[in-house]
Amino acid sequence: MATPKPRVKVPKSASAGEVITIKTLISHNMESGQRKDKDGNVIPRQIINKFSCEFNGKPVFGCDIAPAISANPYFEFSAKVMESGSFTFTWVDDNGETYSHEQAIEVK
Amino acid sequence: MSRKLILAAATAAVVSVGGALVASADPVDEELVIDGEIPMVIRTKAPEGHPFDEVLSGWLFRTPETRSLEEDTFTNPGMLYVERGEEIWNTVEGEAGKSCASCHGDAAETMAGVAAAYPKWDADAERPINVELQIDKCRENNMKAEPYKFDAPEQRALTTFLKHQSLGKPVQVDLSQGDMQSWWDQGKEVYYTRTGQLNLSCASCHEENNGKYIRADHLSQGNVNGFPTYRLKQGNMVLLHSRFRGCIRDTRAEFPAPFSDELMALEVYTTWRGTGLSVETPAVRQ
Repeated sequence: MATPKPRVKVPKSASAGEVITIKTLISHNMESGQRKDKDGNVIPRQIINKFSCEFNGKPVFGCDIAPAISANPYFEFSAKVMESGSFTFTWVDDNGETYSHEQAIEVK
Repeated sequence: MSRKLILAAATAAVVSVGGALVASADPVDEELVIDGEIPMVIRTKAPEGHPFDEVLSGWLFRTPETRSLEEDTFTNPGMLYVERGEEIWNTVEGEAGKSCASCHGDAAETMAGVAAAYPKWDADAERPINVELQIDKCRENNMKAEPYKFDAPEQRALTTFLKHQSLGKPVQVDLSQGDMQSWWDQGKEVYYTRTGQLNLSCASCHEENNGKYIRADHLSQGNVNGFPTYRLKQGNMVLLHSRFRGCIRDTRAEFPAPFSDELMALEVYTTWRGTGLSVETPAVRQ
């Protein structure tokens, strides 16, 4: 796959205090570091090693990711929203890159 | 203790009633609606001359977890390949300096429903052509680019993208074009010919035993309306001809080359067997 591409599904609006479901996925090979190429050389590990989600700067969900997580890691979690704002999602790659995505929600 | 004994007795009874070494399990009776918006035809009346009364999509034979992956385009891993295919659609390649989009514009408009009618007759080559070969033909003649190597990631992605533009459209092969009918006949012969050390034909599993388990695998009718399909086993998109080869390999036979006359005929015939089912690309299977 080409450049990792984040995808996020958050409802556009919710009522105050509602528990919403958030789905996230990023396209990524998640090369485990355990495989060898045709010549027997180890293919270096390159995975997404951290994922986090913040709402208006406050942490909602976060985790460290290990090589056993399969390609295109998918996370689904829930959050209780009290006010309008935006979710920031961040994925950290072994190569030092971070990929992020922002999604706003309107709370009525 | 006594409960354990009763259980053991019950198990023994089931085994002896079953007799043969196959367990039976019917396909589920459920509806498939993609994203709660696009209803899919997953069971329909079989075309005339078909051995069954009703043709069923392979989706009905899968586990609840696998079925739910396909219901939501967000969770469907095949959608990543659709996105990749769209990038390729818009990428200029070859000496003519063209992309697919240079001639065909927005695929959502120009390609809607197109792939549901493949394979179709190609008058130039005087044989049936499928989506993969149609892409190659365009690349060679119009883009002056190299045809794809079989199973190249780009071929998988672009084929998936094109088929996806027909999502929900009924599969409909036109057998009246050119010599399609004789290719259909030839494909039917391939379908019913037993091959390999295990001496199995396509029909041995998908016609005579669908709905039963072959070891841990729930046999479907073998309809091809979801191809290219995302298979969890490979964690990747699988082209129809790769799947044919996989099946043939499992009978322990030598497998024909992809896009060979034998497999193209089989594609014409098996596609016809699924007439009327919705194109599900990218379907998700075990």
